[in-house]
Amino acid sequence: MTDQAISAPVALIEATGWKAQLARRAEPIVIVLVALATGLLLFGLFLMALGKSPIAFYSYVYQAGFGSWFSWQNTLSRAAPLLLAALCVALPARLGLLIIGGEGAIALGGVAAGALGAMLAGTPSFVGLPIMALGGAMAGAIWIGAVGAMRYLRGVNETISSLLMAYIGIAVMNHLIEGPLRDPKSLNKPSTAPLEEALRIGDMPGSDVHWGLFVGVVACIIGWVLIERTTWGFGARIAGGNYRAAEIQGLPVGWFIIGFTAFGGACAGLAGMIEVAAVHGSANASLAAGYGYTGILVAFLARQSPLAIIPFAMLLAGLEASSGLVQRRMALPDATVLVLQGAVFITILLSEAFYGRFRVFMPEKWGKP
Amino acid sequence: MSRNFVASRRSFLKSTAGLAGLAAAGVWPTSQALAAELTVGFIYVGPKDDFGYNQAHAEGAAAIKSISGIKVVEEESVAETVDVQKSMESMINFDNAALLFPTSFGYFDPHILALAKRNPKVRFEHCGGLWSADKHPQNVGSYFGYIGMGQYLNGITAGHATKSKKIGFVAAKPIPQVLLNVNSFLLGARSVDPAITCQVIFTGEWSLAVKEAEAVNALADQGVDVVTCHVDSPKVVMETGKSRNCFLCGYHANQSTLAPDKYLTGAEWNWATVYKKMIEETKAGTPVANFVRGGLAEGFIKMSPLGPAVSEKSRNQFEAAKAEILKGSFAAIKGPLKDNAGKVIATEGQSFKETDVALESMSYLVEGVIGSTS
Repeated sequence: MTDQAISAPVALIEATGWKAQLARRAEPIVIVLVALATGLLLFGLFLMALGKSPIAFYSYVYQAGFGSWFSWQNTLSRAAPLLLAALCVALPARLGLLIIGGEGAIALGGVAAGALGAMLAGTPSFVGLPIMALGGAMAGAIWIGAVGAMRYLRGVNETISSLLMAYIGIAVMNHLIEGPLRDPKSLNKPSTAPLEEALRIGDMPGSDVHWGLFVGVVACIIGWVLIERTTWGFGARIAGGNYRAAEIQGLPVGWFIIGFTAFGGACAGLAGMIEVAAVHGSANASLAAGYGYTGILVAFLARQSPLAIIPFAMLLAGLEASSGLVQRRMALPDATVLVLQGAVFITILLSEAFYGRFRVFMPEKWGKP
Repeated sequence: MSRNFVASRRSFLKSTAGLAGLAAAGVWPTSQALAAELTVGFIYVGPKDDFGYNQAHAEGAAAIKSISGIKVVEEESVAETVDVQKSMESMINFDNAALLFPTSFGYFDPHILALAKRNPKVRFEHCGGLWSADKHPQNVGSYFGYIGMGQYLNGITAGHATKSKKIGFVAAKPIPQVLLNVNSFLLGARSVDPAITCQVIFTGEWSLAVKEAEAVNALADQGVDVVTCHVDSPKVVMETGKSRNCFLCGYHANQSTLAPDKYLTGAEWNWATVYKKMIEETKAGTPVANFVRGGLAEGFIKMSPLGPAVSEKSRNQFEAAKAEILKGSFAAIKGPLKDNAGKVIATEGQSFKETDVALESMSYLVEGVIGSTS
């Protein structure tokens, strides 16, 4: 006891210096990078067991995902919907909620945007697009917000309910695009009426990457500010750490739960709207393309940090971008990249066990035996 | 095990050395394609060994691999999103592909159309038959086949095989191409016995194994004893049907190996005919038609060899109908015919041949089909 009392002030000084700051910040980065490298290494061994060269594999991944401006555009186009889909997981996760049903919100957000776009034919872009975006975001917010409300008001497990709601959402989408909202001219691929040129989202200048990427990055930054730099985010993090304690402190835990799930859902709904306005030009069954599920992977790799979502969405998008070249050049099946994603996912999840284990990252323990 | 390891290490070293060599020469493997070669890209929406839609196209692609001067590149399980646009671009950029076959129906609008505008020198051939001269670019073409006739022939063997007079159809979505198949299947069976009915179940998705199995079980529970389908991969339908002791009619590709005893016949695509012709035309420099259609007579579709469960009588009627279809004047949809809600589809003497464009907006199920399009 006396020992500690004496050494405490020294540790305090050391723990606030620039070295200490750096050490604390380095911990997640170093651990994730080591885990990532381990995952890539393990997958390399797997390839060697199949008689394929891991070096060739990774050079194709680099070439097709990150090696040229074409490859970067490929990667960025694929990353755009993942950013928003991952936010749908990461924001509620800070409250300790595991939402895995973003896919349903994407589908419904897309249908809402498609329906509004058909109704708004003839309006200029600056009127029509914001209304479509708002409609898509609202649809997603209501859908995932309802999951949060069920959690808070009735104690329904949000993981299960969000997944089941995703199935319902996709079924509702199919019903609407094959029934009431169907463009009679879309014979063999039921869709809503095609959007007019004015209501489509174009590409960012000098690239063939649509503006959805920009929206996604901005949303990630807003998400980060909300979580890390506002009192709401602070309150939500407390509630995520200890729900009872937060309630006793008088924090509006119910509103946090409903608000953060709704905000996450709004991001996913917006992703659906962008898919419709930037890629498909109408809402149809292609909206349920699995972005909601890849978003879960991205959010976990990013350890639920909205800013970290940006590089991890690009990493996964780059892996997906390389899938084609790997198939064509190495005669590997398309599931190869899924195995790689799985290997990386598992090693990064396992790496969670290493937080708080290394002294080098813990300035408060420096200089102690 | 140790031999495997040595082999893998050797191939590892070989490709590493190869890569190093390429890198030293300042050349990436992209420039492998020789200028004289024509690189042809195929893109599939699902796995290419799915016993169905994608396998049928992959078999067509395999048939052109042996043509000299042709290099085939393939990609499977590509979604109908920005993914397919990027896959096409990747084939153009990395492989110098000059002719692309993105085979899924949903790839056409907006994906192929967007790429065709940006790559005017590349030719895009799409399966589904949507191209029209006034709306779409000249470097896009579409091809499709009259496979409804195949389902009609399936129906004849089904009509002879059924004892309960109930046959079943597992369908993906109530869209014109599917409805034509359902109706043709029943009309084929009714040409054997007008008392036969066909129960159709729509699963709502092109590929949803669990629902497809449930549908077959539901059909079998109702006494259905012959089953066919129109889903991307008929494998689950065939295997579940076999386990429920139903006779089976195939679709898309040959599924006879899945249930040799119960498989009657199947309506198969024969894309090799189409692909060979298009490749020869491209190589010769003659223009490829933008709108290509064909049926049994043109070799666009074929029937699986009749299985051991097909009776002599069944075989005779099957062959007679097939000969009739090959002549080209045959119509499965002909009057007097009502839909299953009692509305008249065709009056006495009215008929719709396989080539009739009216069939492409079919929205009804004919009398005798139990089910609803909505």
